[in-house]
Amino acid sequence: MPAQSIWTLLSWGPDGWSDDIASGVLVTIALALATLPIGLVIGFFVAFAKQHEEPSLRLAGNIYTTVFRGLPELVTLFLFFFGMPLLLQYLVRLFNPDATIDVNSFVAGMIVLALIFSSYASEVFLSAFRAVPKGQYEGGYAIGLSKWQTMRLVILPQLIRIAFPGLENCWLSLLKDTSLVSVVNLAETLRQSGVAARVTKHSFLFYSVAALIFLALAVLSSIATSYILRYLGRREAR
Amino acid sequence: MSVSQAIAIDKPPPQARGWPRVRILGYALVGVWVLFGAGILAYLVYAWNAEFFARYAPAYLQGLGTTLSLVSISMVVGALLSLPVAYGRMSKNPFLSGLAYCYVYFFRGTPLLVQTYLVYYGIGSFRPELETVGLWWFFREAFYCGVFAFSLNTAAYQAEILRGAIESVPRGQWEGAASLGLHKLQTLRKVVLPQAIIVALRPYGNELILMIKASAIVAIITVYDLMGNAKLAYAKSFDIQAYIWVAIVYLVMVEILRHGVEWIERRITVHLHR
Repeated sequence: MPAQSIWTLLSWGPDGWSDDIASGVLVTIALALATLPIGLVIGFFVAFAKQHEEPSLRLAGNIYTTVFRGLPELVTLFLFFFGMPLLLQYLVRLFNPDATIDVNSFVAGMIVLALIFSSYASEVFLSAFRAVPKGQYEGGYAIGLSKWQTMRLVILPQLIRIAFPGLENCWLSLLKDTSLVSVVNLAETLRQSGVAARVTKHSFLFYSVAALIFLALAVLSSIATSYILRYLGRREAR
Repeated sequence: MSVSQAIAIDKPPPQARGWPRVRILGYALVGVWVLFGAGILAYLVYAWNAEFFARYAPAYLQGLGTTLSLVSISMVVGALLSLPVAYGRMSKNPFLSGLAYCYVYFFRGTPLLVQTYLVYYGIGSFRPELETVGLWWFFREAFYCGVFAFSLNTAAYQAEILRGAIESVPRGQWEGAASLGLHKLQTLRKVVLPQAIIVALRPYGNELILMIKASAIVAIITVYDLMGNAKLAYAKSFDIQAYIWVAIVYLVMVEILRHGVEWIERRITVHLHR
């Protein structure tokens, strides 16, 4: 077989690998975007628990962060990917003895990434909570807002603005952590590049492509976040 | 103002009595954690297998050694590499600072897993060329490749930590030292670094913890570190406790380090508290 040129390998279509890698990029983006809202919501509530005056709530929140920030991402992933089917199967077999459970690697990846992302995001939210002066709460209560309304209408808008730069960092590490899900056979960017590398024996080329794709995603996110930041800043000025 | 008054002012508000809704929720959540921990403990007791332990415990111990040596070598090499990078980042020469910026951006912007693959499979695919240069022995070993990739990666992060810490020291400190006749290196060593270390300690500790956690990645390129041995044990036994044990070991390691860093920080900032 004649050696294929780099441009053939990188072309779109049956001879090239661009289409396969592009489908992987879509999976990467989908995974990161699907994780983001779950992680943000969990992270917010964990931070809320960690700054609450009730000690038991603080304890529960602190255990959450300690566990999911202390475990290596890969260990958490493997524990869930291999452990969750066992647990679910055990629970389901109590009701239906013949059931078998298979965990989708996308869902497993999403859960694990959400756990990790939320434990880091909760620290960011926590410091943002501390940066909002107490008078803001008192002002909210003084004009007759309920606790929930004060949180939603007074605290949260300020919280988001303060937490945004920190959350941007969390998002960037989430984007990078999606590559770990490739080891449980999710066909995302790194996995697809790895397949291409193994088939064509051009490992350096295809792993460089994967690295450049992640770099491009990081650049795109920082462009997007600078727009959002400008928007938030404009809201603040009024 | 008398002392007793000052104490009276600082008193925290009294705890709410009885069982408000948050307290029920808090106890329920703590209860979930206790149940979770008890469940894992019960599982480990139930699945206790002396044979499993006798067979894999020494391998885990060896893996722990591999993990620790990988992390410590990478941290030290990374620290050495970070010096020129940090110098480049702070340099006024646009070429130097641009180069250092690109280096840092690349290693912070791409996943460590991709970097590790790029070194182990990517550079490793140039075998004939490497053999002529006489470097094949290095890139043949997965462990060395891991050290290589991790050192380059942590150098980028450490350079940023170093730069941030040095730039956090006010310019007046440099000027003051210069007016006393200290030259630049002396200023750095005797005036700036002692102040920068306080700022840099926590980020350095975090970086060490991140490296320990990230070192699990080398298991994928066939290094038998802690995670690698867990993978092997799981592949042979299909027993999930292989991963539970390794998770406990990592968690204990990270917690020890975290508390150690906090302890050191308390010690070296004694003069700042009163």
